[in-house]
Amino acid sequence: MPFIAAGDPDLATTAEIIKELSSAGVDLIEVGFPYSDPIADGPVIQASYTRALDKGLQVEQIFETVQKLTTAGDDLPPLVAMVSFAIIFRVGPEAFIKKAEAAGFSGLIVPDLPGDEAEEFAALIKDSSLDLVQLIAPTTPDHRVEKILNTASGFLYCISVAGITGARDELPPELNDQLRDLRTRTNLPLAVGFGISKPEQVDILRDVADGIIVGSAIVRHLENVTDDTSKAAALKAIREMADGLVAATHR
Amino acid sequence: MSSLFLSSPHTVATSQVPDERGRFGEFGRRFVPETLMHALEDLTAHYAKAKQDAEFQMELSDLLREYVGRPNPLYFAERLTAHAGGAKIYLKREDLNHTGAHKINNALGQALLTIRMGKKRVIAETGAGQHGVATATACARFGLPCVVYMGEEDIRRQKLNVFNMKLMGAEVRPVTSGSRTLRDAINEAMRDWMSSVNDTHYIIGSVVGPHPFPMMVRDFQSIIGRETRLQALEHTGSLPHEVIACVGGGSNSAGMFYPFIDDKNVALTGVEPGGKGSKPGEHASTLVHGKKGVLHGSYSYVLQDDSGQTSDVHSISAGLDYPGVGPEHSYWKDTGRVNYVNCSDDEALEAFQLLARTEGILPALESSHAIAHGIKAAGKRSKDETVVICLSGRGDKDVYELARILGKDI
Repeated sequence: MPFIAAGDPDLATTAEIIKELSSAGVDLIEVGFPYSDPIADGPVIQASYTRALDKGLQVEQIFETVQKLTTAGDDLPPLVAMVSFAIIFRVGPEAFIKKAEAAGFSGLIVPDLPGDEAEEFAALIKDSSLDLVQLIAPTTPDHRVEKILNTASGFLYCISVAGITGARDELPPELNDQLRDLRTRTNLPLAVGFGISKPEQVDILRDVADGIIVGSAIVRHLENVTDDTSKAAALKAIREMADGLVAATHR
Repeated sequence: MSSLFLSSPHTVATSQVPDERGRFGEFGRRFVPETLMHALEDLTAHYAKAKQDAEFQMELSDLLREYVGRPNPLYFAERLTAHAGGAKIYLKREDLNHTGAHKINNALGQALLTIRMGKKRVIAETGAGQHGVATATACARFGLPCVVYMGEEDIRRQKLNVFNMKLMGAEVRPVTSGSRTLRDAINEAMRDWMSSVNDTHYIIGSVVGPHPFPMMVRDFQSIIGRETRLQALEHTGSLPHEVIACVGGGSNSAGMFYPFIDDKNVALTGVEPGGKGSKPGEHASTLVHGKKGVLHGSYSYVLQDDSGQTSDVHSISAGLDYPGVGPEHSYWKDTGRVNYVNCSDDEALEAFQLLARTEGILPALESSHAIAHGIKAAGKRSKDETVVICLSGRGDKDVYELARILGKDI
């Protein structure tokens, strides 16, 4: 389940990456809505967001690009929007849900809308075709897990490490225990994200997780895109990475 | 406006806020990643206990008296009063605190809380450097390791404070992302906290961020208003007719206003940085020009574009240069309890020099905004009324910037 930031280096490239990832056979694609103050994101994704915003990217343009893709008749996996509540609130929660539905998104991940604050928004989203994907952190205590499961749908986004997004060499040993515990409490698929970049990490998680989210390691390939040659190289690198990770999940 | 937040209507301001979810009317709450939620719940519980604990309160008030030098005076500014030609002007002298500003009140309170929570490390953000210096001071006093995040641009503008923090053993980490100012320093501190939350406390410097920070910082700063109330009664036999303070994130003003919220006859006025004009990017007047939105973990007025991206801001004063404001201020604005105005860079510069000449006091550029408006407000009132202005910090840190603007060599 790869993540990419919309509009980096431009929306046409975003569309090409989505098609490339689809043909690699990924299960789902997260589309990040660039935000000026992404406190949960590490330097790689923040820089990607900044590049997109510096070119004047508007929320409306992301919806247009995604709508073109989802109505073109290609075989696409579900697309899920990763978007700050700051943006949703400015657009208007009801309006944002309608626009996301119309664009063909399957769900929303709102990293700064924790379970406690999600009740009203979850009620709104229930009347739509969208899922509200909720996050669970290694620091989430038991009493909070219940609350979060109450408003979660689609799948559960399990944060592997306490911290921000970005590739790491190791995953904490407690992660497997937390995933096994969650498995007994919900029927939602469990996806693990933050810090994952390598097929070997996928091997470790294969038996306990249903999905693996890879963000920074993919976005990093877009850092030096300046012309068609560097863009082609980036697309090739992203495709190879996706192929490797998809192969690892199917091993 | 969205129907999402219409659940808590409010018409009259009360001091009985926030509720247990951190709501000031509709404002406040916690819009942060799940990774931080447990730490915020934990902090809320620890703070609630500390607030009721006589020993904690005694320890804090001893520190404020013996280390900070409180109570500081409520000073009758006779020559400034004559210049304004109206109500008597009193200055609450937060500039006389140890470290030269009101920020130490909160930094010491939260440092004590850090120790109570058993956390071993402190992080903070700073804009002008006053909160960074206050936190570095409190950490030196208690032997806590301290990391201060500061925008690269602010490090350039406030060299003196950077040097002071380092002298006291703090590590100053330059922030090079985004606008390289206070807003990005807060982002970076939050990121650090997400990875270090088990052993680290984040001493936030203003009444912003997720619950319980806006409430807790307000409480620690309320010593300003409590003292002012008593001192005004001593000096004049009655409460002041108007109380004025500058508003960036809003901590000195929240601490000054809060003890007066239920005194309906006391007019309260917050003064925002008007910068160079009213267009986006020319000012940082969040309450005067902003819209409701979400920034840095709370729902409040913000300066954002139509896509929800945070706007660039400008103020001559690094400490007011912030695109958000504390949620309680938004509540006070919407209930009409506090009137929010702004004054320009030029007016603040003029007030700085005027106070120096008439009273022999160099105010911080932040506080100069309150002085500028205070002179106007006093001028419109009769001579038997009183106006209190919060002189939140001293201006030593600003003289280099002032000299540069005035074209003088130091």
